Amino acid sequence: MTYVGIIITFVFINNFILAQFMGLCPFIGVSKNVESAVGMGFAVTFVMSIAALATWAIQNFILVPLNIEFLQTITFILMIAALVQFVEMFIQKSSPSLYKALGIYLPLITTNCAVLGIALIAVRSDYNALESFVAGISAGLGFLLAIVLMSAIREKLDSEWVPEPLKGTPIAFITGGLMALAFMAFDKALLNNLIG
Amino acid sequence: MFKEFSKGLIKENPVFVLALGLCPALGVTSKVVNALGMGAGVIFVLLGSNIFVALLKNFIPEKVRIPAYIVIIASFVTIVEMVMEAFIPSLYESLGVFVPLIVVNCVILGRAEAFANKNNVGTSILDALGMGIGFTLALVAIALVREILGAGTVTLIPVGSWDGIITIPGLSQSPARVFSLAAGALLVMGYLQALINWATTKKAGESK
Repeated sequence: MTYVGIIITFVFINNFILAQFMGLCPFIGVSKNVESAVGMGFAVTFVMSIAALATWAIQNFILVPLNIEFLQTITFILMIAALVQFVEMFIQKSSPSLYKALGIYLPLITTNCAVLGIALIAVRSDYNALESFVAGISAGLGFLLAIVLMSAIREKLDSEWVPEPLKGTPIAFITGGLMALAFMAFDKALLNNLIG
Repeated sequence: MFKEFSKGLIKENPVFVLALGLCPALGVTSKVVNALGMGAGVIFVLLGSNIFVALLKNFIPEKVRIPAYIVIIASFVTIVEMVMEAFIPSLYESLGVFVPLIVVNCVILGRAEAFANKNNVGTSILDALGMGIGFTLALVAIALVREILGAGTVTLIPVGSWDGIITIPGLSQSPARVFSLAAGALLVMGYLQALINWATTKKAGESK
């Protein structure tokens, strides 16, 4: 698949949140205001792109030559945990306000299925190093797009009347469902029309 | 004692009330059998990790406890992956990437952090069973709604000559396919959560 194809696939067609159900915890948890959604989105994008590249290297330089692919899950998740720790330290130093806003969700990037998800999907799709990296960035941007749209809608929703049982996460899920409906317009046909 | 077990079923249901483990809760619930398989995998990993975390809680240094928990969890997930691939390849195939993703299921890490590292092995086992079964029940509930509306069938485990599929007449010819897609999953999740909110607040209001 071409690079443009990978980008369109992961940002729109297979949007990680709205089509693949990955990264739902932060999608619901950190989408209450736009600012923290943007911060979370970029942090996740960054981690995902590096993680996709790093796990590609682990897979092809360590696991496959040594014939220990069954350790994939363990090594990938440790790699991601280390990466997230690094990003956390970096944000804490460079932007304390963002660090405060992201709160407990920063360490939770480790357990964001989207990060491990893209690493596994990239390996299973036999992407090369650059393709993995591009897939990581695009999936991250797809996540950013979805979470920022969601947070903007939820800011509006705050001032609207919502039936009591639907308040909080239920209405967020329903909003997400409607967004996913809209994203269904992006399908394989779009890809064929754009790049043939 | 029984409380540790029963709290996970409804009152602190990991999916509907604590909103944890959402990705598999929606990702694998287009068929009931997948929900059952995922539930079984999670119960196994949760049990293993809770037991080991409870056993090792005095030996794991405070600072590196999260990575240590993740390694414990990842080991059990690897076991599940290998067993599932060897004995039920069809389920392994249809759960796909969500099998290794059990490792990042927040329910499991959440229980290790919030429960098993403060309690002994016995209560940790009860907690794991309760939470695991609560998780499975939630998944099956979501899967039932989605599969009945989205495909007009209920797929269970095949036994002997029976292929395990119950077809619902009327619905299976013209199902609302959107429910088996992502959008339907999110909608079902939202409405089920609202239903549980409504039921619990109503109950709380009555007891006042």
